[in-house]
Amino acid sequence: MATEQFTGAEIVIKALKDQGVDTVFGYPGGAVLPIYDAIFQQNDIKHILVRQEGGAVHAAEGYARSTGKVGVVLVTSGPGATNAVTGLTDALMDSIPLICLTGQVPTHLIGNDAFQEADTTGITRPCTKHNYLVRDIENLSRTMHEAFYVAQNGRPGPVVIDLPKDVQQGKSETYLVPEDVKHRSYRPKVDGESEHIEQAVEALSKAKRPIFYVGGGVINSGNRASELLTEFVRLTGAPCTTTLMGLGAYPGTDKQFVGMLGMHGTYEANLCMYNCDVMVNVGARFDDRITGVIDQFSPDSTKIHIDIDASSINKNVMVDIPIVGDAERILEKMLQIWKAKKHSLDAQSAKSWWKRIEEWRSKDCLGYSQDGSEIKPQHAIKRLYELTKDRKPYVTTEVGQHQMWAAQYFHFDEPKKWMTSGGLGTMGYGLPAAVGAQIAHPEDLVVDVSGEASFMMNMQELGTISQYNLPVKIFIVNNQWMGMVRQWQQLLHGNRHSESYSDSLPDFVKLAESFGIVGMRCEKAEDLDRMIQEMIDCPHPVLFDCQVTKEENCYPMIPSGAAHYEMLLGPEDLAAKPISEEGMVLV
Amino acid sequence: MAPMETHIESRTIAVLVDNEPGVLARVIGLFSGRGYNIESLTVTEVDVSHGLSRITVVTSGTAQILEQIKAQLARLVPVHRVRDLTVEGTSVERELALIKVAGAGDKRVEALRIADIFRARVVDSSHDHFVFEMTGKSDKLDVFVDLMQPLGLIDVSRTGVVAISRGPKAL
Ligand SMILES: Cc1ncc(C[n+]2csc(CCOP(=O)(O)OP(=O)(O)O)c2C)c(N)n1
Ligand SMILES: [Mg+2]
Repeated sequence: MATEQFTGAEIVIKALKDQGVDTVFGYPGGAVLPIYDAIFQQNDIKHILVRQEGGAVHAAEGYARSTGKVGVVLVTSGPGATNAVTGLTDALMDSIPLICLTGQVPTHLIGNDAFQEADTTGITRPCTKHNYLVRDIENLSRTMHEAFYVAQNGRPGPVVIDLPKDVQQGKSETYLVPEDVKHRSYRPKVDGESEHIEQAVEALSKAKRPIFYVGGGVINSGNRASELLTEFVRLTGAPCTTTLMGLGAYPGTDKQFVGMLGMHGTYEANLCMYNCDVMVNVGARFDDRITGVIDQFSPDSTKIHIDIDASSINKNVMVDIPIVGDAERILEKMLQIWKAKKHSLDAQSAKSWWKRIEEWRSKDCLGYSQDGSEIKPQHAIKRLYELTKDRKPYVTTEVGQHQMWAAQYFHFDEPKKWMTSGGLGTMGYGLPAAVGAQIAHPEDLVVDVSGEASFMMNMQELGTISQYNLPVKIFIVNNQWMGMVRQWQQLLHGNRHSESYSDSLPDFVKLAESFGIVGMRCEKAEDLDRMIQEMIDCPHPVLFDCQVTKEENCYPMIPSGAAHYEMLLGPEDLAAKPISEEGMVLV
Repeated sequence: MAPMETHIESRTIAVLVDNEPGVLARVIGLFSGRGYNIESLTVTEVDVSHGLSRITVVTSGTAQILEQIKAQLARLVPVHRVRDLTVEGTSVERELALIKVAGAGDKRVEALRIADIFRARVVDSSHDHFVFEMTGKSDKLDVFVDLMQPLGLIDVSRTGVVAISRGPKAL
């Protein structure tokens, strides 16, 4: 009896299906034509054709972050693979699970400088969680399933599978189903050390000035982790702050939420961090945007750090109680112990802690004044939030001032609604990420909060949006500057605006129209609400050019090399607190 | 919060890895990418039937950095085990060197005499050269190489450190 034979390309498709993949973001080329041929001959997996491979990776990131599933990318060899590198690095920094299939020249040509050959596994080794070059079709199905396991388990990340063309075209009877594949060595710890969990609960129960400091790890852990966190924080009555990556892990409109912390975080969040006596870090990594100058970081606190990646512990900040494991499991146990022991925080201390927090809050550090017809960028974003919040939108951003304002003025009550390039800070992320989010959630409102400079980094993806009629709303906060660069030049380089002006901008309305997309331009504050509403009501993609005050700065700001208490609240503070020379060398 | 350490120490770390393509590049890339020191690194397959290789790396840094190095190694996907042989009990460390000394007359006699004291073996010789083979701890090899310097040392090849823990337990 003849057994069934599959080509390598068929094995790839079969493995994707068995992994529950419904969408692949990609761009064809010579070295992946067999896989494109296999895609053509089936209907289970939808292929989304982007306009540049970088867009495919960010789109897969948006898809992954808005669903919690693995994002899948397919690109050709050589330039296809090298174009994917930025997105892979972005996904590595922000712990996004991706599989990136790259074509490769046939095995017998590897190493010969063949046409469109690149050492893809060599190039992507430092920017992936793991990568594979499949030289033998017999290993193909195993490698595919292993890659999915690696991408999702432990700290998630991108995995590249490099597929030589002869492997795609070869034939084999070997197909292993996912259940038959077990990784030889990779077994991340998920449960956390019981003893440390007990200690952590004990320390928290004695806290007088506690704070929960929450990062993207909670979102990666899954919705249940957010629910447990929310229950725990409410039960204790402690304040909670999140990182840029953690927005939505705890309800943003809750009264115990003190806002985002860090370089452009709120006054109250940063002062909570500085003054707390017990810090519970859940799934955040003491990134330099958060800590400010390390030796002044939260000097008097007992630090509890829950992280699935042991290498995040004691990397930047030495902690007292490390717990290595999955946020969901550990929060579950902490909550259990807290309840079983009938713990509660000392009421008197909690009251005086909250009194101080309310005082900090009363500074209204995100306040601004919108007067006259000129639109303040903060106002534009705040109105965008107010007018869209009932629709519970998925929001992506680019990188710059608009990104920070979006983080400050949008509030997310649920995880997976907010997608921004945190670790790498990749301009051009938001537009393709919005494509991915919209593909995953066709009925939902998806908004890319953009800057005019960032937009132009991946604006070719307007073609993708148009082709699939994705009703993405692109909201360009157009200040005609690389605003964040200009702000740093003003603060650190004597206001010399070297190359930071957005010159020769296109007419965004006409640009949109040339792609068959609705274009709108808003120049007056009095038109803002009406036009935003019009944008939201439009069932088609819209590019919204929001012309705002040109030289507005983003506050609060902890300048590089400064401590949390040295935050600048506005232009008046800047004169009073000049930035140190040590601070200037930092990024 | 514990104060940051500044004291630099040296450690010998054993890493058991899947013997797959690119695994050494991964480890070396980790060290160079994160700015860690490699003082010595050796690697060879040690278990053919299970396809396992053992990497022995001697590195240095503050206690905090050394913990980072171990944690970073442990999170690499093909890594099975990471052990710090310097702090986790005692261990035996050895290195092998091949040392070529060329010359004639008194210097040649002196080289041979010192080699004898150090228990170095002659593995190749002619009228005007010796190749010595020597095994021992790295610092002993260093001393021998230094002594050969004025006696016509022209070539040195060293394996780097290999190490194994003392006692009946495996890695
Ligand atoms: C790919 C890339 N190149 C350069 C930078 C550095 N950078 C950070 S913000 C910024 C300016 C962004 O300008 P815009 O998109 O208009 O946003 P704004 O700050 O004006 O809101 C630049 C150039 C970056 N983050 N990413
Ligand atoms: Mg701008």
